[in-house]
Amino acid sequence: MNLNSLLAQTSEWLKGTGPDSHIVISSRIRLARNLSNFSFPHWADKKERKEVLSLVKDALFKIKYLKNGLFLEMDGLSALDKQFLLERHLVSREQTKGRDCKAVVISEREVISIMLNEEDHLRIQVFQSGFNLSDAWRLINELDKQLEQRLNYAFSPQWGYLTACPTNVGTGMRASLMLHLPALVMSKQIKDVLQTISKLGIVARGLYGEGTEASGNFFQFSNQRTLGRNEEDIIDNLERVVRQIVNYEQERRKSLLKQSREILYNQIWRAYGILKNSYFISSGETMSLLSMVRLGTDLNILRDVQLRKINELFLLTQPAHLQKIEGKKLNAYERDVKRAELIRERLR
Amino acid sequence: MLCDICQKNIASVHITEIVNEKMVELHLCEQCAQEKGIGLSEDFSLANFLAGLTDFDLPRVKESVELQCPNCGMSYEDFKKIGRLGCSQCYYTFKQSLAPLLKRIQGAEQHIGKFPHYADKGMREKVEIEELQRELSKAIQEENFEQAAKLRDKIREIKSKMKKSEE
Repeated sequence: MNLNSLLAQTSEWLKGTGPDSHIVISSRIRLARNLSNFSFPHWADKKERKEVLSLVKDALFKIKYLKNGLFLEMDGLSALDKQFLLERHLVSREQTKGRDCKAVVISEREVISIMLNEEDHLRIQVFQSGFNLSDAWRLINELDKQLEQRLNYAFSPQWGYLTACPTNVGTGMRASLMLHLPALVMSKQIKDVLQTISKLGIVARGLYGEGTEASGNFFQFSNQRTLGRNEEDIIDNLERVVRQIVNYEQERRKSLLKQSREILYNQIWRAYGILKNSYFISSGETMSLLSMVRLGTDLNILRDVQLRKINELFLLTQPAHLQKIEGKKLNAYERDVKRAELIRERLR
Repeated sequence: MLCDICQKNIASVHITEIVNEKMVELHLCEQCAQEKGIGLSEDFSLANFLAGLTDFDLPRVKESVELQCPNCGMSYEDFKKIGRLGCSQCYYTFKQSLAPLLKRIQGAEQHIGKFPHYADKGMREKVEIEELQRELSKAIQEENFEQAAKLRDKIREIKSKMKKSEE
C-alpha cells in the first residue's frame, strides 16, 4: 500500500453506508495522547521530537489493526500529497504545516489514522460511515488499550490524559458527526439550530472547500468539553442532540417536498443538468450543486444517481485529488476544466 | 447569521465560551475567525482564547509567574503567551493557576473517564465515589431527595464492588 493507492479506494467516511447516511455523512472520534515527561511537540526540540516519533512508531507497528497500514513522514511528502491527505481528512491542517518529525499512520481501509507529533504526541482518529459513533468508540478504545500496553501515557488521576492544550485535557476525546443539512439551510432554520446547540456544549462548524467558498451545506458537530464527563456520556450527549437535528432536517425535507415541490424539483434537476453539462466549473459551484443532487437522491427525485457516487464526487473534485487523478500539477484554470470533465464522466 | 465582527459574511464558526460564569457566544465568518487566529483546523480548539483567560484570579497567578517547569523549562509567562503547556509535568508545576483556569474552560476539575490500565486500580473508583458524593451533598442541599437516594445507591454499589474485587 502506498499513498497513490488511496486514490483508487473510497474513504471509509464517504461510503454512504451506515445508519442515517442520507443525512449523517460520517462519524469520527479522536483521542489526544502524550508520552509522559517528553515535551509536547510544539515545545520540544528536534532531537526530542525524533525520539518520540521513533518510540511511537515502534509501538504502532506491533498493533494488529495497523498491519498493512501506511506510515508516512510528513517531511518526505510534497505539498500536493499533504493537501491530498488533508482533503481525505486523514491529517489535520496543522499536520501539513511547519515543524519536522511529523508523521501519519493510516490503516488499510482508512478507518484509522494516527497523527504523530501534531499538537499532541499522538492524535488517534477512527472514522465510520453514517451515524455510528458507537462502533467508532469501540474500535478506538480497543486501539488505545493496545497502545497503552506499549507506551507510557501522560496521565493524572485528577486531570486525566494530559494534553498540550488544556481544552483537550481529561478524556482527550473529541467526537464529531458530519451532517448534510440542505433543507435546514434552505428553510433558513439552520441559524436557530446552531444557536441552540451551542448552549448544549456542542460546537458546530461549516465545512469548507477551496479558500473561503462555503461548501455544500455540510456541518460538523462535536463535543466542546473533555473534562468531568466520561467518554460514553460525552458521546451520548452528542448523539442525542444530533439525533434531533437529523429529525428536523428530515421533517424539513418532507415539508419542502409538500409545500414547494416544483421549486425543489426545479433546483435539483437544474443542479443535475448543470453538473452533467459543464466544461468549466469552480469548486464552490460544484459543492453547492452536488449538495442539491445529493438531496435529490435521498428524496428519490433523481432515481438513477447513487449516494456513494455523489459522496465520492465531493472528494474527487477537490484540488489535490484532481491533480492526483491527472498525475500532474494543474493551475486553477486547468482544474476547473478537469473538474467539469470528471463530473460529466461520472454522471454519464 | 452574519459574522459578529464584519457583519458582512455568513458566520460559520460558532464559539461558546464561559467567562466569569457567564456564557459568551461568538459567531464569526471564516475570514474574521482566521484573522482572530481561530484556526479552522480539524479540531477547532479554544487554545487561542486561553491567553486572555489566564489573567483571571490574579493573586494565584502571581504566585506562579515566577515558576518554571523543572522538566521542560516552560515558564508560566510562556504558557500565557502560547496557550499550550510544555510537557505533562507543567500540569503539576502550574497546578495552582491551572486549576481555576481548567474549571473555567472545562466546567469541571476532575477527570471521570477511562484510566490507563497501569494507573492505581482502586483510584478510578475512589475518584468516582468522590464525584458522586459531591453530587449527593448538592442534591441534599437542593432537597432533591429522589436524586439523592439514587446517588447513595450508586455509591454503595461501587463500594461493594470494590470490596468484592479486593477479596
